[in-house]
Formats: sequence, C-alpha cells, structure tokens
Amino acid sequence: MSIPFSLQRNPRLSTWIRFEGDRLIVYTGKVELGQGIKTAVASIAAFELNFPISRIDVVSGNTESGPEEGITAGSMSIETTGAAIRQASAEVRAHLLDRAADRLEADPSALVVKDGLIHNPGTNNSLSFDEILSGGQIDVEATGNPKPRPSDASDTLGTSETPRTARIDLPYKVTGGKAFIQDLQFPHMKHGRVVRGPSINHYPDQTSDLKESLANIVRDGNFIGVIADREDAVRAARQHLNDTISWQLDASHETPNGSDWLRDTDTRLLVVDGTPGDEPIPDVPACNFSATYRKPWHMHGSLSPSAAIAIWQDDHLTVYSHAQGPSLLRDALANALSLNGNQVTVIHTENAGCYGHNGADDAAMDAAKLALHVPGSHILLKWEREDEHRYEPYSPGTLIDVAANIENGRVRYWSADIYSQTHSGRPFGMQGASNLVAAWEQEEAIPRPIPQPGRGNHSGIHRNADPLYQFEDRRIVKHLNRDQRIRTSSTRGLGAFANVFAIESAIDELARLDEIDPVTFRLAHLEDPRAVAVLQRCRALASDYAPRHQDGHHPGRGFAFAQYKNRQTYAALCVFLDVDDETLEVSLEHAIIVADAGRVVDPDGLRNQLEGGFIQSASWSLKESVSFNRYGTTSVDWDSYPILRFSEIPTVNVQLIEDPTSPSLGAGEALHGPTPAAIANAIADATGIRVREVPLNTDSIRRAGLVDHTAR
Amino acid sequence: MTQLELIINQTSVTLDVDPATSLLDVLRNEVGLASPRFGCGKEQCGACCVKIDNKLVYACTHSMAEAAGQSITTVEGLGTPENPHPLQQAVMDLNAGQCGFCLSGILVTASKLLDENPAPSRSDVMTALDDHLCRCGAHNRIIDAILRAADKR
Repeated sequence: MSIPFSLQRNPRLSTWIRFEGDRLIVYTGKVELGQGIKTAVASIAAFELNFPISRIDVVSGNTESGPEEGITAGSMSIETTGAAIRQASAEVRAHLLDRAADRLEADPSALVVKDGLIHNPGTNNSLSFDEILSGGQIDVEATGNPKPRPSDASDTLGTSETPRTARIDLPYKVTGGKAFIQDLQFPHMKHGRVVRGPSINHYPDQTSDLKESLANIVRDGNFIGVIADREDAVRAARQHLNDTISWQLDASHETPNGSDWLRDTDTRLLVVDGTPGDEPIPDVPACNFSATYRKPWHMHGSLSPSAAIAIWQDDHLTVYSHAQGPSLLRDALANALSLNGNQVTVIHTENAGCYGHNGADDAAMDAAKLALHVPGSHILLKWEREDEHRYEPYSPGTLIDVAANIENGRVRYWSADIYSQTHSGRPFGMQGASNLVAAWEQEEAIPRPIPQPGRGNHSGIHRNADPLYQFEDRRIVKHLNRDQRIRTSSTRGLGAFANVFAIESAIDELARLDEIDPVTFRLAHLEDPRAVAVLQRCRALASDYAPRHQDGHHPGRGFAFAQYKNRQTYAALCVFLDVDDETLEVSLEHAIIVADAGRVVDPDGLRNQLEGGFIQSASWSLKESVSFNRYGTTSVDWDSYPILRFSEIPTVNVQLIEDPTSPSLGAGEALHGPTPAAIANAIADATGIRVREVPLNTDSIRRAGLVDHTAR
Repeated sequence: MTQLELIINQTSVTLDVDPATSLLDVLRNEVGLASPRFGCGKEQCGACCVKIDNKLVYACTHSMAEAAGQSITTVEGLGTPENPHPLQQAVMDLNAGQCGFCLSGILVTASKLLDENPAPSRSDVMTALDDHLCRCGAHNRIIDAILRAADKR
C-alpha cells in the first residue's frame, strides 16, 4: 500500500485527525471555495471511521495548524487531500482498534466501529473513542499499512443520516450566520480601502495633493490606501481621493488592441503527450481542413469583491484571506513586506466563490500594508466592485490555428498552434519578483516576474491541447506571449476552455464535412472504453429527449467530449438550444451531462460541481468578453460585463457512470471545455453557421454567417 | 448624526446614524446582521436585497433617510437554524448552493414571491429571480428549492 502524496508530506496522523470530547476534527490544507470540500472531506472521514458527520468539524487552510497542501486548484482536492484523509482515517481506525482490543478482550478484527464507539459483539461491551484515547491524540506517523474500507462496504459514502450528504456550511449560510470574511468582527476593527487608477498600469501623479480627510491616508510610492473607523468614512475618503488624484499611464503600458498581437511571440514549445518540450517544431504540411478559433479575455467575476483582514502586532502579521493558497500567500507577503516567513500567519476565511486567482491575494497584501501603519488594529480591507472588475487577473485571450487532414472518415493528421498569455500569475515566495499589485506600487517596488512557459503535463496554455482521439500524426505547439499589459492568471480549466472548444468544434466540422454523425465520428477515433461509455450514454439520452419547437426558432443539438487533463473526469455533453430566425439570439433549452469520475465520494456534490461548471462555462461561452480601450478595461460592473441570468438557464440532466474500483477523479473543471464546443456545434446544427469565436452570440453568428454562407 | 428608528425583523431599533448612510451599511455595521451582503453597490447583483413593507429594496443604494420608520425583513427574520423558513429548509435539503453568497438576497426575493404566488411555476421563479446573479451555476438547484418550499408550505 502506498501512502498518498499529501500524507507523505504531512505524515503525522494528528495533523489530519484530532479528537475533542465526542467530536472529531478533520484538518485539510485545501480551502472551501464554495465547491463543498469541507463537506467532502468530512464525509470521507465519516465513512472510514463510521462516525456521524454531524459530529465532525473541518479546519481548513490555516498556515499554523493542519497539513501543508499548497494551493486549492485544478480539480485536485479530492485526489490529494481526499486520498490523504481517507488513508489517515483508515490508520486512525486501526490504531483505535488496536488500543481497544485489550480492554475489550477481543482481537481487533472481531470489533465493530460505529458512531464513535468500538463495540465487542461477543461481550456487548463498548468503548468510546474518547475513553480509548483519554483525551490524547493519535500522534504517530502514517505507515501506509492499514487499508481503507472498500468502497462497496456501504451503499453510499458518508453516513445514512440523509439521502444526500448535506452541505455542512449551508445551515449557517442561509440563516444569517457569520459565513464570510466580511462578517468577521474584531474589537476596534478599522475599515480600509485602496485607491488605484483606471488600470493597474496607472500611477498617481506625484504632485497630486492628497488633502486631509476623515481618513488616515497611507501613501507608499504609488500605493495609496485609506483607513477610517467607520465604513462610510473610508468610502467617502476613497471617493475624495479618486476625484483628486490625476492618474498617469506611460504609452508603453497602454492596453493593446484586439487579440492578433498574441501571435507576436517567439516563445514556442512542442507539446508531446501533454508535455511541452524543446524538440524541433515541424512545419505544417498541406491540409484539407484549417480553421482559427478564438476566445476573449474572461473575468472570474466573483460575486463578492475581494477582502481581507490584517493585524500587525508584536512584530507578527496575521492575515485572514480567501486566497486559494494560504501558505503561498504567506511566503509572498513575507517577501513583499521584507518579513520572515515565521512572522506571517495566513488563515483561510471564505468569501464568495473565486473560480481561480482573483483579487484575493492582492486584497490581502493591501490589508497588510495598511495594518503595518496602525499596529495593534485589525483592518478590514474591502475592494469595491469596480476594483475587482478592473484589477483582478483575467483568463487570457487565446487564438488557436487548427489544421487537419481527413481521409476516408479518419483524421490522419492534426495540428494546433495555440497563442495565449500565462495562466500562472499567482503569488508565491519568489525572490526578486512579486505577483502582488501593491508590491509593484510601493516605494521599494518589487518587479513583476516575466512569465515563463509552463512545462508541466497539461499545466497551462496546453491543458487539454492534446486530443484524446487516436490521430495517426499530430503536431501541437504552444506559443506563450509574455506581454502582461493585460494581466492574466489562472481561471477554472486554464487552457482547457479554449483547447477543447477548438478540438471539439473542429471534430464536429470534420465529421459534417465527411457527412458522418459527429458522435460516431468521435467514437471511431476513441479507444479508451470509459471515454466511449460516456459518449454512448450521452447519445442514448439525447435521442430520448424531445426538444420543444417554437415558431420562428431553429432548434439545434450539439455534442462535445473531453477527459479533463486527459487523466481526470471523463465528460460527454449534449446541448439543446434554439436560435431566433430574426435576431439570431441563442436560447439554451436543455443539457445532458454524462460523467465518469471514478469512485464517487459525494454524488450530490459531484453533480453540483458538474452542472455548475457547465452553467458557468455556458455564461463564458454565450455572454462574456472583457472589453478594453487603450487605458484598460471598460468592463467595470455587471452592466458592462453581463453574465448568464436565471431566465436564461437551461434544464440540466446529470448522469454519473460510477466506477468504485477506480480512484476518485477531480471534476470541478470537467465541463468548462466541452461547453463552448457543444454550444457552437448546436448553433451550427440549428443554423448551418459555424461560429469559431467566443462569445457565441448574435454578433459572432452574424459575422460568421457573412463569411460562411454556404452551408445554410 | 441623527436618531432614526427602524423596525428590523419585527423588532424596533433606534440608531444614531448619518441619514445619508446606506441601509446596507447600517444593517451590517450598526445592527450586526450578516445576511444582507455587499456585491456591487449598483443594484446589479441582488446580494443585498431586503424587504421593506413587502417591497424589495436594494439595501446598498437605499439611504437610511428613506428607510427610517419602516419595517424591514432580512433572512434573519425568515427563520433560524432551529426553526427555518420552508425556503431555508428547502435550500438545505437540496444543497441548493455552492458558495452561498447570493442566497440571502435570493431568499428574500423568493419569500416575497411565495407570499404573492403560493404555487409558482418554474418560469415564474426564473422571472422573479432574474435580478439576482449567481456565479457558481447553482441556478437550477435554487429554482428547485423554491418550488419545493412552495409545495411544502
């Protein structure tokens, strides 16, 4: 039995599982982003220890206690912390049985663990965990020897208390409990705001006269913040400063126009088996299919602007933050503020869902800078709505040139050139550079790092660039444009959204060119039986669905498939929509998702993630595009950056193909790639117009219709 | 500063505040309620919605001067963890949320919908919630929860 990676790094069982009276505390380094990880890890421990989930508390993302697990991203939590907690719980269970055996006068294998008791059915005697441990903990290292319970030991994981594992955070979130970082209160807490220009590339005119106001103004180079006892005062002071300061922008920092500039780069790597390398890049031969697919810049668009609470006391900085990587943020803060790592504590505290690297880390740095000016006071620093829209790092615009040769219904050759910016703009403890906005602004400025091409398997621009299909020959080239005048970083799915959009659109186009059913065409190029199974099931469900018909609307149906990172969840998607004859407006009607995520920890949580991923990606696909002028973004609120609304939501049928013998596979980003392709394919089915640019809306359909009027 | 009275979840409160302060700031910072949430400050996302005498109001832009003397209902006034409103219960029963940030405003709007239309259709619910944004994609679960609450009432 091998020890899961996270447990190897944090081998002491008491780092993961502790006992307090009749309660069990589970520690995880992964953090709650709204994906339900606390509920998932609680149900894993509950299952292994046959312990009621209502008596489990979860502590997550505290740099002072619990395991060190880096960042919560990439749909990895179930595979990393989940696997570690499963094994740690199994080992804890074995220790409890060993310790109880003598006192219960039986062999451990004859004892039964249930509801926090170890029971000897022979004598009918029991001991509680608490009695066995007498207030102590199981403070030993993992061995990897005890085996977790087999998955079929119970009908479902978790407990039988409710048919679905109830989210442990919802009861207080829906009754006015203190759920989010803005709800924390400390005695004499002060409010903070930052004052920035139209973009992060602007700086304040040094001659700006920052007049006295009700607030304490903190100025450090180009960093400007305000502190006040009351929130209305700090907001008024910010407004006053916004009106007072004139903002400067060097011509060299103006926002570039359009997206063709992404092609202007010499940083290119050949991607082989999902991994970029330095092998020579072959030329593209003559092909009978070629097309360019485009994705604009998207924002995370967290429903709550970022926030943080910081206090500087006794030469120690404590920061409450909703950042995805508390330990990475700790190191980045120490570096940017010239502190030692052991002078900084970061405690994860929830905010609204972030969906990647949003403003959380920057707000934490902003709060820390203000806190250093008023030692002993907690500062609650909030970004305003336009701060989040303007300064959060976006998901990068992407262009993908596809070329293919198709012969007798088979793709003989596949080529893709992917042009984009970095997906890796996260802060961590780097030397001589920083990814925190305030670090670039302060007097002792730390420069921004120059983006380097990621070389990990499916790590960034090239995530899901390698089709899972059996093509005879392939050439995949990743082109990184290092320009960061538009700031970019990680958003759910990274490159998978653009890559799967291109692959699954092109596959559909190739099938239609050869007049082959697009699903049959995909199946002819797939060998992996699990991939085949999700597609076949999706097709069967789609043929049973009776779409509505509306006069004046063209109905359409489109499929797409991907296995996230070619190693995580398999997902097939079918979208039903219609397109208004006159306006070309697209309305989603229904979606069918079939997914195989291996062993399922929490079926309802998995369905929630899959459907939520589809709806979010449908919003990106249909509506979203950050707009810019030369001074920065002009998408500064929800009117200028519209997202999908309740009236536009299709019904969704999620079906799981469970494989309890396979490891659990991450699923939080499994649908982000297939969604734009399934929608584009359905639009092509409805109208005969092939749209190769996101957002897939009236404008792009009209543009595509003008270019390609043949098929209609 | 002016002495102003509010009736919050059926309890009268007198506050010493600037009448220009937003109702949201007062509910959160002076009264100490967590449920009304700041999302945009521009009446665009619905996270701050509360009811004033059965009308929906964006607390982020509603001033204390306008709210003074009126009766305000927030999520805290719908139900408690021990005795939840059918809407709160339905959201818990169906795990109808992901991050949950949008739920406060949505629950307030849904309670007004059910008061006026005890048996709404799916499309009625979608229309009623159209001024609320959810970014996690939990829309269908939220719609289902409201329909379930209507059934159970």
